[in-house]
Amino acid sequence: MNVLDLAPVLPLASEMAEFIPVLVMLIFGLAFAALNLVASFLLGQKAPTNPVKDMAYECGMPPISDAHQRFSVKFYLVAILFVLFDIEVVFLYPWAVKFEADKAFLFVEMLIFIGILFLGWWYVIRKGAVNWAQE
Amino acid sequence: MGDLLTTLGSGLPLVGAEVTFWWVMGRIGLVLLLVHVLLIVGALMVWAERRVSAWMQDRLGPNRVGPEGLLQPLADLGKFMFKEDVVPKHTSKWMYMLAPAISLVPAMVTFAVIPFTGSYEPIYGADGQPTGEYITQSWQIADLNIGVLYILAIASLGVYGVTLGGWASNSKYSLLGGVRASAQMISYELSLGLAVVPVVLMVSSLRLGDIIAYQADTVWLLFTQPVAFFIFLVASYAETNRLPFDMPESETELVAGYHTEYSSMKFALFFLAEYTHMIVGAALVVTLFCGGWTFFGLEQLGWIMGVLIFAAKTTFFLFAFIWVRWTLPRFRYDQLMALGWAWFLPIALLNIVLTGGALAFDQDWVLYILPVALIAAAVIAAWFKYRRDLDNDVPKLERAPQLVGVAGSGGEER
Repeated sequence: MNVLDLAPVLPLASEMAEFIPVLVMLIFGLAFAALNLVASFLLGQKAPTNPVKDMAYECGMPPISDAHQRFSVKFYLVAILFVLFDIEVVFLYPWAVKFEADKAFLFVEMLIFIGILFLGWWYVIRKGAVNWAQE
Repeated sequence: MGDLLTTLGSGLPLVGAEVTFWWVMGRIGLVLLLVHVLLIVGALMVWAERRVSAWMQDRLGPNRVGPEGLLQPLADLGKFMFKEDVVPKHTSKWMYMLAPAISLVPAMVTFAVIPFTGSYEPIYGADGQPTGEYITQSWQIADLNIGVLYILAIASLGVYGVTLGGWASNSKYSLLGGVRASAQMISYELSLGLAVVPVVLMVSSLRLGDIIAYQADTVWLLFTQPVAFFIFLVASYAETNRLPFDMPESETELVAGYHTEYSSMKFALFFLAEYTHMIVGAALVVTLFCGGWTFFGLEQLGWIMGVLIFAAKTTFFLFAFIWVRWTLPRFRYDQLMALGWAWFLPIALLNIVLTGGALAFDQDWVLYILPVALIAAAVIAAWFKYRRDLDNDVPKLERAPQLVGVAGSGGEER
């Protein structure tokens, strides 16, 4: 038995037609958003601008320096960790769909996979990569 | 009327369906209908949010425009439309304008695969007589066989709108709100994705119609996968930036977060995007865990019953969004990250392992180990906290009079 047979997961040629309505919905969504932006641009009030109106809002104070400054590297770390873990999550989906094919074998296989994933998670937690309370 | 919908194309059998001009036209009609329904429900949610919060706080809320204030969203729309569309000079103009659209469109497109009703077709035996069994067929805009993956892929695109909006505004509040939102949404997306894996394990299909049919045949996955349901529900609150996870726009510290610098219709689009995300989130919880448009056979009365059941269930979860908002206080950011990474991620993984084990060796009772253990742990922890609070309260009450008038004596005693 070929457990790598992923036919039900990958779209068949005849089923690609189902993506046409998705495309239609995308077009309608974009059209709605564009229409609203254009309408509010055309219909909206146009008052003369002044330097204060163009300021970034900082509770009434003149803004100090540009907002595009450095921020905590932790956000970047979370993003990198997300990419790593999310790829693992996506790998679980074809496995879950095909699980009925050979249950015991696939269960052990995934036990190893999730075990490695779990080790990675343990390392991340012990390193304090997602611990925001320390700073 | 059911025949009409079938002719329109939504009820066409997937295998062997021919893509004709009228098939495409039918789907376009259905898309138009559902886009309007989404927008109207989104507008109604804005009204409901204000009315329900007023009700919970013993106020009246908007009740002047139309009956019970129902036309308030329309009045709001008019005001949004005719307000000045300020594009401050310090922003990155194009990304500033695109961000609301990028935020709204994925939320709407996600709804395409969610079945809102369906039909039963009798299975005929070899002798041409009905066997008494039925095949369920779900109706949705697009019956994708990768429905769950599609939802995870498209719904997560919403993070770009929020992050871009925060960055392009070139304001410190907006930037902080934007990066917070991105970190929070991607963190909870992991738990969200992992929570759905046990569902796919049990159903062996990524098509949402199959997941509903499975639940109609056996039992709602809410009962067999309570842990996955809970994680999915909480993660969907975090994904939609709703309280108790509304750090990206926490009013008390960031003014309005990523949409501080937005005005007029652009602000309205961000607002609408948030509510559309909520509608999609509630509809997803209903579809994946609460049987979708089925309700113990009631849906067999006709396709309109399916729509009503689906609407009723989704309304309940939409109400829960508001309910939770006015019940729970906001998490701290470190608590939010710890909950997502240190608790939900391993519990979701453990849930997958246990579900896989239960299915591999046909031991159904294994499914209930995790929920029972978690509930027991929560009860024990709550009991110990209660005891500790009791013990701590007694000396504090006794000592309180001695501290009156002593400056700065509040904190040291603890």
